[in-house]
Amino acid sequence: MSADASLQAAQAAFRDDLIAHGLLIPMGVDGLYGRSGVFEDVIERFNDLVTRHGGNDGAEIMRFPPAINRQHFEESDYLKSFPQLAGTIHSFMGNDRDHAALIEKLLKKEDWTPGQKATQVVMTPAACYPLYPVLAARGHLPANGALSDVYSYCFRHEPSIDPARMQLFRQREYVRVGTPEQVMAFRQLWIDRGQAIMSALDVPLTVDVANDPFFGRAGRMLAVNQRDQTLKFELLIPITSTEKPTACLSFNYHQDHFGHVWNIRTHDGGTAHTACVGFGVERIALALFKYHGFDVKAWPQAVRQQLWG
Amino acid sequence: MTTVTDKIREVIREGGALPVDIATLGDTDDLYAAGLTSHATVNLMLGLEEKFDIEFPDRLLRRRTFESVAAIQAAITELLDEKVAA
Repeated sequence: MSADASLQAAQAAFRDDLIAHGLLIPMGVDGLYGRSGVFEDVIERFNDLVTRHGGNDGAEIMRFPPAINRQHFEESDYLKSFPQLAGTIHSFMGNDRDHAALIEKLLKKEDWTPGQKATQVVMTPAACYPLYPVLAARGHLPANGALSDVYSYCFRHEPSIDPARMQLFRQREYVRVGTPEQVMAFRQLWIDRGQAIMSALDVPLTVDVANDPFFGRAGRMLAVNQRDQTLKFELLIPITSTEKPTACLSFNYHQDHFGHVWNIRTHDGGTAHTACVGFGVERIALALFKYHGFDVKAWPQAVRQQLWG
Repeated sequence: MTTVTDKIREVIREGGALPVDIATLGDTDDLYAAGLTSHATVNLMLGLEEKFDIEFPDRLLRRRTFESVAAIQAAITELLDEKVAA
């Protein structure tokens, strides 16, 4: 079996195990699942654990729906980097005649979607995206910058049999906005904290330089630049492969990209820099099920202690 | 005769890659320090490919290649030479 085929077999086997144990509920589309009460409990407990580490830093908690303003999305440059992942929301906006044509196509099982029109709403691609325009609208940052805690379902169009690559998944993030020194200190703090949190959950991990999945040839250059400048680190855990471990946390320095796009200004009027730590909470739950088994009551006492106290 | 350097400066100016006038910068001045962003670098690369009818291979798709007019000139000269030799 080729390396790709054996990786896919391992992914399918793990997915099937998760479904057989009732943890994930298949919905007929790769990467789209319901979650059981047990699965959600692990995620909630993990989120509480993150809050125990970061909750005293004074972050402003903001919870946004899993969609953002299309205009903000367009201004964000996301389409320049990741057109293949974006999810735009379209709706029927026609009259009675258009409705009749729509129904007819549906009945004939023809493609009924070309008449759909783009709404003002786009799926959230990463949990921090709704935050930046909000901060920008507040005017200059205070001297100590800003720190936010966001958590949202995110959408990325990358259907896969790998249960660790869902199309709709949640990211918990802390986002730091301020001077380069402020945001770089924040990122290092979370690289250290992230390793401590995951080590205490007794899963094997490595931290490595990474790049985002930028699109096309231009994207190759963006990816190389990102690596050259060590803008992104990931905490990786082998879930279905040791050769291709899964990124469960990421530590990102965006330089002044978002500050520039949204005109976010520091206290002294400079363009703000931003950094974030993102927790892929489904992936983390999957790693825990992988290493500690499908029965959470049988997990090692030290791990249960971390999550359930 | 228009030199390679002149053409590079033309692409930078016409593409609006920089927030400052390229005429104010020397050939070895750091374009990133002058405000060249990652996305602007991509557009600059595409503009240069069109202007010189070349394609940057993967090994040149990195930050250093586009860090100054002189660096771009070195890369393009190399690619043009390869083209003649081919």
